[in-house]
Amino acid sequence: MAENRPRRVEKHASLMRLRGMLRKEMLQIFRDPSSIAIAFVLPLVLLFLFGYGVSLDAEHVPVALVVETPTAEAVSFAAAFDQSEYFSPVRFDAFPEAEQAMMQGDVDGIVWLRSNFGSALLSSGDAPVGVMINGVDANTARIVSGYTEGVWATWMAKRMEARGLSFEPPVRLQSRVWFNAELRSRNFLIPGLIAVIMTLIGALLTAMVVAREWERGTMEALLVTPVEVHEILLGKLLPYFMLGMGGLVLSVGMAIFLFDVPLRGSFAVLFGGSALFLLAALGMGLTISTVARNQFVAGQIAIIATFLPAFILSGFIFDIHSMPVAVQVLTHLIAARYYVAILQTVFLAGDIWPVVLSNAAVLVLFCLFFFNVARRRTSKRLD
Amino acid sequence: MAISFQRIAALVIKELLALLKDKKSRVIIIVPPLLQLMVFGYAATYDLNRVAYAVLNEDRGIHGRALLARLDSSGTFHRVADLTGDSEIEPVINNKEVLAVVRLPSDFSRNLDRGLPADLQVNVDGRNSNSAMVLLGYFNTIVQSFNTQWIAEHGSRGPPARLVVRPWFNPNLMSRWFIIPGIVGLLVLVVTMLVTALSVAREREAGTFDQLLVTPLHPTEILMGKAIPAVLIGLVESAVIMLLIVFWFHVPFRGSVTALYIGMLLFLLSTIGIGLMISSLAVTQQQGLLGAFLFLVPAIVLSGFTTPIANMPVYLQHLTLINPLRYFLIIVRGTFLEGADVRMLWPQYWPMACIGLFCLAAAGILFRRRMH
Repeated sequence: MAENRPRRVEKHASLMRLRGMLRKEMLQIFRDPSSIAIAFVLPLVLLFLFGYGVSLDAEHVPVALVVETPTAEAVSFAAAFDQSEYFSPVRFDAFPEAEQAMMQGDVDGIVWLRSNFGSALLSSGDAPVGVMINGVDANTARIVSGYTEGVWATWMAKRMEARGLSFEPPVRLQSRVWFNAELRSRNFLIPGLIAVIMTLIGALLTAMVVAREWERGTMEALLVTPVEVHEILLGKLLPYFMLGMGGLVLSVGMAIFLFDVPLRGSFAVLFGGSALFLLAALGMGLTISTVARNQFVAGQIAIIATFLPAFILSGFIFDIHSMPVAVQVLTHLIAARYYVAILQTVFLAGDIWPVVLSNAAVLVLFCLFFFNVARRRTSKRLD
Repeated sequence: MAISFQRIAALVIKELLALLKDKKSRVIIIVPPLLQLMVFGYAATYDLNRVAYAVLNEDRGIHGRALLARLDSSGTFHRVADLTGDSEIEPVINNKEVLAVVRLPSDFSRNLDRGLPADLQVNVDGRNSNSAMVLLGYFNTIVQSFNTQWIAEHGSRGPPARLVVRPWFNPNLMSRWFIIPGIVGLLVLVVTMLVTALSVAREREAGTFDQLLVTPLHPTEILMGKAIPAVLIGLVESAVIMLLIVFWFHVPFRGSVTALYIGMLLFLLSTIGIGLMISSLAVTQQQGLLGAFLFLVPAIVLSGFTTPIANMPVYLQHLTLINPLRYFLIIVRGTFLEGADVRMLWPQYWPMACIGLFCLAAAGILFRRRMH
């Protein structure tokens, strides 16, 4: 009993010091409402803007329809484009005018039915239709090309059916897209956006706070108190963790109720994975600010090291497997990569444990790494 | 008091020295943009290659094997597993081991031989719906070329009309050609914001701003002294980046250099205007940083850099009209790929000029008010 007492006293004192630190940080947060704004207003605004602004679903694509000789066949083919929700056709009588419109960016494609379309269709049974697409945005061009083929296939099937004929290709492609049957890009972009936004918030919340204390000299004041290094870091971390989780709940709520993204997994896995990621992001912010010790540099590193990598290298929008091997290796250093994998799986596919656990394990490693670095760099020594 | 170019020049030199002499800020201005160009240049693509896929071949006939050989030799697909039963499909897709599972039903070759339609079943992981769509397009192309050859060899009747699709400006539809020129705009925007948005707040916190105020410098001169170094840094960086894009990434440059540089100067004018406006509003560096962030992030996401503006709801499309990056992206892509000249890009120039002049004027007014 006797030898236990000092340890218990020490433990009690440590809790008291931690409580003191927490109180100080809370007061600071409430006196300068900018961190509350970062945690709650920022995700609201960003998710709202990006949720509606980031979409890969092309609709009402302006196309030029050039019908040189309006035979019945040509007119019915052109009319098939009017009925498609994917196209907003504009009619032209001659090809050069359509070409002009494409050069000016008024239309994204040209469908060219030459004067012999009707006769070739009836006689030889091999009538070519020229389709020109503005290929600058290759992804959209590919989607538009697919839609054009869809319109063409539907028109042909109807035409054959009307004549009591049928045309079946030798091999028919029967495709089934899992988890997102209607191929709605929002369903995978919104969970990814939550990861991008949480990266931003985590880094912004903490990147500046320690650097500010170093710059103002209040860090020295903290260091001469009996507060231990890990208590200082915990005291900085916990309040911001609570703020960040608040922002996260808000984001998930918007994803489900405003953007109608299905949540097929469980809330427990979703929030567990998110808590791990938030800790890693806050840890990264802490590390940046302890290494930089200067708000200017800390802020710039936070901008460079968080948002753009999370946006481009996390698999949120660009598929990681298509990147060159060297870049794929690099993506393993981006914490958002693992969080995006967890989010997209939990939202769209469900609690797929092999995916969730392997990614969560790496996030734990990230947390440990960043806290270790932050702790070492904040030694209770002045240099 | 007249504006003196000598005083401005002195201030410009002082600003450049302050930025480039400090090792940390020198590194931050030079290294990340080049590193980001290299990494993002390779990473940012919608095209798929080496797609991991699995095969469930219940057919084992000769035609099925011929079709699979086409998939394997296309260079796009990479077979990682041969499955033996239906129950194996779900786990390999769920656990992300493959992006697609191709299933050849047992009657595939028999149906083809009898002249009946044969079904090729494809299951695609739709967690990234864009990749799924691109992948379906690839499968479609391969099946179509198989069909064309089958029809030619067996003399059966083909479809009465066919599409001849030809993409302009980017014949192989490489999304890299679309994304990489856009990176110029992205990086120039980030660097000029970093240089300008924190500049005044930093001097204010360091106390050197008061020293600037007691010099004979006019507020306009101070503002110009802050703007010109950013223009110089932006011009040098963008030149290096664009040379790399043409000679390293081999993206063609087909348009007019004059048209591109008119756009570049106007773009710099507008981003520096916004940066200085944030700078003169911010009292502390933290506020300056937050302001820069709050502008940068939406400006990048809502610019058409990764996803087209045309896909946005109409009210958001209107909002992008105040985003200088939106106009500059059209200019770089136009001059690089479409061979655009000054006349064609006029609709992109004047909005940037308006944004730039408005923000610089606002920055000047805010700046002067803060001084009194």
